[in-house]
Amino acid sequence: MKTPRSTLYGVIAEFDTPTAVVSAARSAYEEGYRRMDAFSPFPIEELTEAIGFRHTKLPLLVLIGGIVGAVIGYGLQYWASVIYYPLNVGGRPFHSWPSFIPVTFEMTILVAALTAVFGMLALNGLPQPYHPVFNTPNFDLASRNHFFLVIEARDPKFNLEETRAFLNSLDAREVTDVEV
Amino acid sequence: MYKDSLPQDHPHEDVRVTELTRPPVIGPGHTFSSVTDKIASIALSRRTPLGWFIGFGLSFMVMMMMMYTIGYLVIKGVGIWGINIPVGWGFDILNFVWWIGIGHAGTLISAILLLLRQEWRTSINRFAEAMTLFAVACAGLYPLLHTGRPWLAYWLFPYPNTMQLMPQFRSPLIWDVFAVSTYATVSLLFWYIGLIPDFATLRDRARKRAAKKIYGLLAMGWRGSARHWHRYETTYLLLAGLATPLVVSVHTVVSFDFAVAVLPGWHATIFPPYFVAGAIYSGFAMVMTLAIPLRKFYGLEDFITLRHLRNMAKIMLATGLIVAYGYMMEAFMAWYSSNTYEEYMIKNRMTGPYWYMYWTLILCNVITPQFLWSRRVRHSVPVLFVISIIVNIGMWLERYVIIVTSLHRDFLPSSWGMYSGTFWDWSMFIGTIGLFLSLLFLFIRFLPMISIFEMRTILPQAEVNEAEAKEA
Repeated sequence: MKTPRSTLYGVIAEFDTPTAVVSAARSAYEEGYRRMDAFSPFPIEELTEAIGFRHTKLPLLVLIGGIVGAVIGYGLQYWASVIYYPLNVGGRPFHSWPSFIPVTFEMTILVAALTAVFGMLALNGLPQPYHPVFNTPNFDLASRNHFFLVIEARDPKFNLEETRAFLNSLDAREVTDVEV
Repeated sequence: MYKDSLPQDHPHEDVRVTELTRPPVIGPGHTFSSVTDKIASIALSRRTPLGWFIGFGLSFMVMMMMMYTIGYLVIKGVGIWGINIPVGWGFDILNFVWWIGIGHAGTLISAILLLLRQEWRTSINRFAEAMTLFAVACAGLYPLLHTGRPWLAYWLFPYPNTMQLMPQFRSPLIWDVFAVSTYATVSLLFWYIGLIPDFATLRDRARKRAAKKIYGLLAMGWRGSARHWHRYETTYLLLAGLATPLVVSVHTVVSFDFAVAVLPGWHATIFPPYFVAGAIYSGFAMVMTLAIPLRKFYGLEDFITLRHLRNMAKIMLATGLIVAYGYMMEAFMAWYSSNTYEEYMIKNRMTGPYWYMYWTLILCNVITPQFLWSRRVRHSVPVLFVISIIVNIGMWLERYVIIVTSLHRDFLPSSWGMYSGTFWDWSMFIGTIGLFLSLLFLFIRFLPMISIFEMRTILPQAEVNEAEAKEA
């Protein structure tokens, strides 16, 4: 490689078992690496914690979505039935709030669910057709039975030789450089 | 101690051993790759089995009958159906409720059983969710077509218009519009979100270029990042938490369509819980009806095990008992109310012109599920299959009885009438079954019918071995 830093995304290690990748991620964190990511064919709680990711603001967003939905739902009905198109049906009050509850409830759920889904996709940066890790040999097995740990080149502690040597010291199946 | 509590009708010792150990949720000897390859190969295989072509072909023909019926309906109007005064609601609302109810088991399995940490749901949730979507699609057709002018169905939604009109928000029918459209949307999102990691698997496994492209597009670049998984799991749980009250609210609102009216036999506070239980009951029956042939045909007995079938049978029994309680309470309240119309309604239901419908319904929905008390029945796959079909028929009859017997005897004898479905009612109903099955056949051919990534998580090797792992 002639210009290693500019085209290098990071160094990636491939593992066979969830236990191996979790151990490796914990070692890397202990070693001082922070800009790293791990890839697995199914969610592994320990792995997320091992790479130092603990918090997502998604639940808060969904709560806000639900409140917005409720306000829209109730507001819509109030506006339609009291202000815009008041219609006297059997002498019931225009603002007959008990009848407005079902639609308010459904709107709460609808907006909260939409927020959850699109919020998750947005925070994850999906859809994302291209990502450097897809250049890794065998990466198609990340969706089957293999596990990967990548240490990114932008990590302050990253040094191609040292990082490669460090990953080789873990019981990885294979360690490769990933191009951007 | 155990010996005494064992049923005496098992002559062999080895049978007892299998009784006592809890059957597993997945067959032995599976690995991440075997689970992946087995399920993915059904969607990716080049050779489509002949049975699939036969099944899809037949369903498609039946669906074409529905298309023909819809065409004729649009030309002639809803007069081709059997509905008239006094029975203005017939097959249209009956089949709407039936289909919506069937859909509810999908949400129950995917959301409620997830929250209750019932691991066995994993292998059946995907196709149960697909079943929900397709059932809601069938259900949605009915109110749409019943409007008579389906191209104006958007009038049901509040939107600024030159007529300066707004929907009547005090009407349960408008609540229904919101409930069902929300339900359809959330079910679709839940299903799609669940599919994303599996689309990635199919993208990586596909050999054909076109398949790679299509699955790749649907996977949206999913790469299984630990950060993504964390947010993904959070979303999945949140959606389950949202879908759980939603599914209860949907059938509650459906029951309000009846309960808010003042008709004898409809105006009852028991309707919401009784309808929700009935929906789950029929939904599980449908899951069973579909799962039994599917696991046989595709050799998925390792994934959809006997334990799944037994658990579903138990849920059917429990919900069947709630439904039976509902029937009992209807009769009790009619008597206890001392209201002439209510008393007449229940008498007419049991002994009037539709008596055979009522008693067949009791036979299907109350008597038949009692066989599920027997362990031997719960262990016999063919018997479960037959019971599930009987329950489906029973739940259809239940809605028929509720709708028709309450309407056909109006308050004044001068406005009494009789109702029966016409040829077009039946061709529409059978046609929607064709639509449902066609969609289902396409689904099992092109999408993973069992959630692959969730199956990986229930394997023992998915656990991080903390004894061997480096300490956190």
